[in-house]
Amino acid sequence: MGKFEYAPAPESRSVVSLRESYGLFINGEFTPSADGRAFKTISPATEEVLAEVAEAGPADVDRAVTAARRAYERTWSVLPAKERGKYLFRIARIIQERSRELAVLESLDNGKPIRESRDVDIPLVAAHFFYHAGWADKLEYAGYGPAPKALGVAGQVIPWNFPLLMLAWKIAPALACGNTVVLKPAETTPLTALTFAEICQQADLPPGVVNILTGAGDTGKALVTHPGIDKVAFTGSTEVGKEIARDCAPTRKKVTLELGGKAANIVFEDAPVDQAVEGIVNGIFFNQGHVCCAGSRLLVQESVYDQVLASLQRRLATLRLGDPLDKNTDVGAINSAAQLAKIRELSEVGEAEGAQRWSPPCELPVKGFWFPPTVFTGVSQAHRIAREEIFGPVLSVLTFRTPAEAVEKANNTPYGLSAGVWTDKGSRILWMASRLRAGVVWANTFNKFDPSSPFGGYKESGYGREGGRHGLEAYLDV
Amino acid sequence: MSDTATAPTRLSVRKTYKLYIGGAFPRSESGRSYVVTDHKGGFLANAALASRKDARDAVVAARKAFAGWSGATAYNRGQVLYRVAELLEGRRAQFTAEVRAAEGLGARQAEAVAEAAIDRWVWYAGWADKIAQVRGAANPVAGPFFNFSLPEPSGVVAVIAPEASSLLGFVSVVAPAVVTGNTVVVLASERCPLPAVSLTEVLATSDVPGGVINVLTGRTAEVAPWLASHMDVNAIDVTGAPDSLADDLAVAAAENLKRVLRPAAEDWIQPPGLKRMLAYLETKTVWHPTGT
Repeated sequence: MGKFEYAPAPESRSVVSLRESYGLFINGEFTPSADGRAFKTISPATEEVLAEVAEAGPADVDRAVTAARRAYERTWSVLPAKERGKYLFRIARIIQERSRELAVLESLDNGKPIRESRDVDIPLVAAHFFYHAGWADKLEYAGYGPAPKALGVAGQVIPWNFPLLMLAWKIAPALACGNTVVLKPAETTPLTALTFAEICQQADLPPGVVNILTGAGDTGKALVTHPGIDKVAFTGSTEVGKEIARDCAPTRKKVTLELGGKAANIVFEDAPVDQAVEGIVNGIFFNQGHVCCAGSRLLVQESVYDQVLASLQRRLATLRLGDPLDKNTDVGAINSAAQLAKIRELSEVGEAEGAQRWSPPCELPVKGFWFPPTVFTGVSQAHRIAREEIFGPVLSVLTFRTPAEAVEKANNTPYGLSAGVWTDKGSRILWMASRLRAGVVWANTFNKFDPSSPFGGYKESGYGREGGRHGLEAYLDV
Repeated sequence: MSDTATAPTRLSVRKTYKLYIGGAFPRSESGRSYVVTDHKGGFLANAALASRKDARDAVVAARKAFAGWSGATAYNRGQVLYRVAELLEGRRAQFTAEVRAAEGLGARQAEAVAEAAIDRWVWYAGWADKIAQVRGAANPVAGPFFNFSLPEPSGVVAVIAPEASSLLGFVSVVAPAVVTGNTVVVLASERCPLPAVSLTEVLATSDVPGGVINVLTGRTAEVAPWLASHMDVNAIDVTGAPDSLADDLAVAAAENLKRVLRPAAEDWIQPPGLKRMLAYLETKTVWHPTGT
């Protein structure tokens, strides 16, 4: 307990007007699912039912793909590129105008702190549309030949950890490159995607250019295996990513996959400890650790292990866990009961395998899904908590002596999404950066994102890039 | 005894066509070989019939060579590959003859193909120290960070070389993979593998480090699936596999998310573009704060 108590500072929910039920967004209109099936989406912080959402079946997928195809052939592909860009600029502006509403809705449905949805997710969503809007009529300068062509209809499946941001990563480049899309948000976080559908209506986006289908894994499978799509983009688990790669292997669909990770965050003895600790905390406790590029393996040089660990524990004791809508909250709710069960299971395995578990004193709310920030020490490379993606606020701490050993340990994983390096020595940063087999290397920083910065993995973290000039390739026939 | 007897014609010394793994020329560990004929069915040679074990040995050799080759300077890789072209040029007549025997081309056509193969090495060699400039980027992120993206090799690439184009096709699929810093295991054309095997002699006497290019000969349908399912292979080019086999290879490749290159039919004489180099390049993005 510090000297000062925090007064509750909840963000108002009144900015959001939830409907009781939401339909599928097909061909510019909301429509019920063909078989009338629906499911409920809840707030993971309170387990309160937020709304009922239609569940798309194969007939709905077919309808949406047909609408997207028609829109591609009759409207979107014949529209001058600069007009395409202007639609995206419009969407970007509306997102900014409705940013508070979107942030509150995201925190309600996902459980992430309002500070993050307000300051990170939604601004990046708008930035992503702005960035790609400008590309629409400049594709011939992107380095893919004089007249790069769109692919056609894209089927896109996104996860629940950054619901609207992942939508932006998928839809903005797809539309800028001249494709039309059918997107399926995750079943636990459909609401901001459905609000995005309203934004498409407000922007007068031609019907069928964007279609949103809510549903679970079966809906996603029906979408990515539909013969009418030309492109599959998926962000999610490596397990599902492999299944999609198999399903699409005999087809000519272009596939990009952004999958799991087990990033090493490497702290050298010459690193400024306070900054490094902030980076470690941001690396694994940002968004409750529901981040594919989370720095879930901390590699500390042996000589500073005690100092870094003490400092880290001191810092973790100051994190505030609780109501996602409270502006003081650092750690929100775990997104779902299923995810909470998985985090608990792997944490128990960590203990059973002999690692030492530590959490700061931390009172968990009674209702909802919660897990305290957790640090495991005495972790070996063989432990499951050092090898498997936990996707929660759980950090595994390992040590190393030499830079070569750090590289060896960092790369000792089938994943290769991201890595962090903390050191004051410039040459060592570049040496490390060139040897880490990961798509993003954060040096003396962590978990930074930008629409102009390509993001994506090596090895089993998937293929293709999102963002930047490189990300356009995923949506062009090149 | 008669002074009209003609001197006996000289018996030619034939070559044993072997595999090329880790810079050495082993026979197949299986002890097997298969008959390679010319386009009219005449006997040319017994080529090594590679096994699963040979394929796995080749992957081990390629992995071992990866750190050195990918860590070499781009300038150095470019020079090493250019040297291959120099040696090929010296054996132009030999390769013309081999391509002619293997593919049944006319003399002038075979010569044109051999020359195009040499020129393609030269073309790719020149890319070694340029591809990063063409494919890299400085990214203007909205914050106090220096942010850049660079291409890096995917790792070990398995290549099923085209069936019909034994030399030019082979060169066109191998050079783009290695110039970017990958190491490769290539399965040569099943029907006409001999020009590729002769090319390994050039590789062995140039400065390409052992293990960077490993060449197998044998049955595509037997060996390719082992490469496609190998967990230490990072990418696969299924160009030389028939369609149904290519489907199976792509499915097997999903197990460790190999990058799969599956191009439409290609005319090997045409300029290749960047596609094959980009297929085995990852993009790495590095962030660093700016400040005093």
